[in-house]
Amino acid sequence: MTAPLLHLDSLTKLYKRGGLFGREEFRAVDNVSFHIHDKEPQVFTIIGESGSGKTTLARMVLNMIRPTTGTIFFKGQDLASIRSGGARRRFMKEVQPIFQNPFEAFNPLKRVDRYLYMTAKNFTDAHSPAQLDAAADAALNKVGLSIGEVRGRFPHELSGGQLQRVAIARALIPGPSMIVADEPVSMVDASLRMSIVNLFRTLRDDLKVSIIYITHDLATAYYVSDRIIIMRKGEVVESGLARVVLENPQHEYSRLLKSAVLSPDPRGQGVLIGDSAASQQARASPHRQTINSQS
Amino acid sequence: MAQIPASSVQNNSHVLETHDLRAYYRMRYFGIDREVRAVDGVSMHVRKNEVYGVAGESSCGKTTFIKAIAAAIRPPLEIVAGHVNYSFIKGDLYAMPAAERSAIRWRHLSYILQGSMNVLNPVRRIHKTFEDFAFRHMNLGRAEFDQAVKHHLERLRLPAEILRAYPHELSGGMRQRVCIALATLCKPEFIIADEPTTALDVVVQKDVLAMIRETQSEFGSSMIFVTHDLTVHANVTDRLGIMYAGRLVEEGRTADVFANPMHPYTAHLIASLPKIGDTQSRNALSGSPPNLADAPKGCRFHPRCPLAMEICRHENPALTTLAEDHRVACFAASTKVQPANDEGSGEAKTLEMAR
Repeated sequence: MTAPLLHLDSLTKLYKRGGLFGREEFRAVDNVSFHIHDKEPQVFTIIGESGSGKTTLARMVLNMIRPTTGTIFFKGQDLASIRSGGARRRFMKEVQPIFQNPFEAFNPLKRVDRYLYMTAKNFTDAHSPAQLDAAADAALNKVGLSIGEVRGRFPHELSGGQLQRVAIARALIPGPSMIVADEPVSMVDASLRMSIVNLFRTLRDDLKVSIIYITHDLATAYYVSDRIIIMRKGEVVESGLARVVLENPQHEYSRLLKSAVLSPDPRGQGVLIGDSAASQQARASPHRQTINSQS
Repeated sequence: MAQIPASSVQNNSHVLETHDLRAYYRMRYFGIDREVRAVDGVSMHVRKNEVYGVAGESSCGKTTFIKAIAAAIRPPLEIVAGHVNYSFIKGDLYAMPAAERSAIRWRHLSYILQGSMNVLNPVRRIHKTFEDFAFRHMNLGRAEFDQAVKHHLERLRLPAEILRAYPHELSGGMRQRVCIALATLCKPEFIIADEPTTALDVVVQKDVLAMIRETQSEFGSSMIFVTHDLTVHANVTDRLGIMYAGRLVEEGRTADVFANPMHPYTAHLIASLPKIGDTQSRNALSGSPPNLADAPKGCRFHPRCPLAMEICRHENPALTTLAEDHRVACFAASTKVQPANDEGSGEAKTLEMAR
C-alpha cells in the first residue's frame, strides 16, 4: 500500500496570548484530520471565514510553523523529521506555496524574473543563464505567459492577474506534486478571477499537480474543487465531495455560508434576497415601490 | 453638450448629472507632457432614491470618476472639461467657492470608503471620529450632537458602546458598519460607496450590503455604488453603468443589463460569473485593460474584443440609447451607434477651476 500524498492526523495549533498575568490560549486549529490520495491529482478546498484557521493550517502543511500536537505526513514522511537543509529543500521541491496578494508577495524593488531564476537555480539542475532562462520560460508558458513579457520587469509594471500567474509559474518550476494556494483570487479582479481558477483546472488535469485551494468564495470553490472541508473557529464542521457538500450542506454553519453567497440570479431586483428583517423592510419601503412602478 | 445648464440640474428627479466629464492626470517630466485619461467623456445621471452601480476592472477609472464627482481633485488630477451638477447646489460643482464646497460635504454628499481600517483614525475613539466628521455640519450643541449620534446608532441597530471603542477593538464588519453610520449621520442626499464590502467575508458582506440598502431607502438618499464584483451589483443596484478604460460602455437598469448585455465586454463579464450548481467551463477574457496614458485609438476595447470590426479601430462609438433606459457604446450592438466626435479636440478646453 502506498502512502497518501498528504495525511494530517489530529492536528492542533495553540497560540498563547498575554504575558505574566492572565495568560490565555487560543486554538487556531483544533483537531483537524484529512488526507489527499496520490492516485489522482485533485483540487482540495478549505473554506472558512477570516479567523477560522485556514491560513494557520496552510502554514503547517507548508512546514513553516510546527503543529502543537498531531502529525503531518507527506508521502509517508513525517514533517517533524525534516531537520537538515537538504531534507527541507527536498520537501520544498515537492510542495510550493502561492500567496494571497501578489503585490505583497513580490519585493517591489526586485525584478520579477529574478524570483524565477532563483527558484530554478535552487531546485533544478539548471545553472547557466541560458538554462535558467529556458526553465523560467517553460514554467511561464504553462500559465500563458512568456519570459519576454516578464524579463527585467518590476512588480508594479505587471497587472495583478499577470503577477499572480508569475507567482504560480514560480511555484511550478521545481515540478511540485502539490501546491498550497492561500486565497489566490481574493485580491484579483472578478474578471481575472476566472483565468486563475481555470489555470488550476489545467494544472490538475494536464500537469497532475494536486492543489490545496484556500478561499472564502464558495462559487469558485464549487467551480473548481473535487473535495472540500469547511472550517469554523479552527474546527472542521463539514467535509466531503465538493459538489455534494455545496449543493446540500448539512451543518448549520455550512448552510449559513451558502445562504450568504450572492447569486447573480436576482438580476437587479435591487433588493437583497434574504429573510433578514433588514431586507424585508427594504423591500417593503415606499421609496422602493415608487421606483418599481415608475420603471 | 454645448448648452450646459447654467444652474442646477435640469430634470428635478435627477440628483446628480455629469456632462462629458473628463478628468486627466497631467504630468510634466523633463519637458515631456504625459496625460493619463482616466475619465474620458462620461455623461450620466443618478435619479432620486436610486442606487447606481459602477462596475469595471481595476484601472478602468472608477475611483477617478468618484474623485471627480466628489470634488476631491488634487494635482496631477485635473478636471479638463465637463460639468458636475447636483440637485442641492446651484450651478456647477467646480464653479462654486471652495468654502461652500466643503460645507456641502457630509451634509449633502458623503462617502463610504474602501478599507474601513484606514478610514477611522486608529488613535481616536469612535465618538471622537464622529465629532471630527460631522459636528460642524450638524449645527447642534455638544449634548444634542451626542444624543443625535446615539439615536442614529440605535436606528442602525448598532450598540452605543462602540462609541467608546478604538477602531482596532472592532471587527472588520463592525468597522464598516461604523463607517456607514458615519456617512449617513447627516442624512445626506447623495452617498458615494467605493468598494465598501470588498475586504469582507461572505456572511458579513451580506449583512453590510443589506444595511447599506436599508439605510439608503430609509433616508431616501441616492447612491453611487462602485465595485468590480458583478454579483454584488446584481443584488444591490437599480441601474448599472459599466466602465472600461475611462469610458462608460454600457448603462441600463441592472435587470436589463444582466438579461440582455449589449456590449461584448459586459456580456463577457456576466458570462464569466461562477455559480453554485453550475460547473460548465467558463472562459476568461485574455489581455488586460489598456494603459490610459497611451490608450488605443478608436474604441478602447477593440484589441480584446471578439467582435472588433474595421471601424472600431478608428472611431470611438458614442453612447447611444438602444432600448428604454439602456445605453450602449458599441458599433457591433446596433447600426444606430454613431462615432462620437471626440479625442478631446474642440470642446475640451481646460476649465478655469475655482480652487
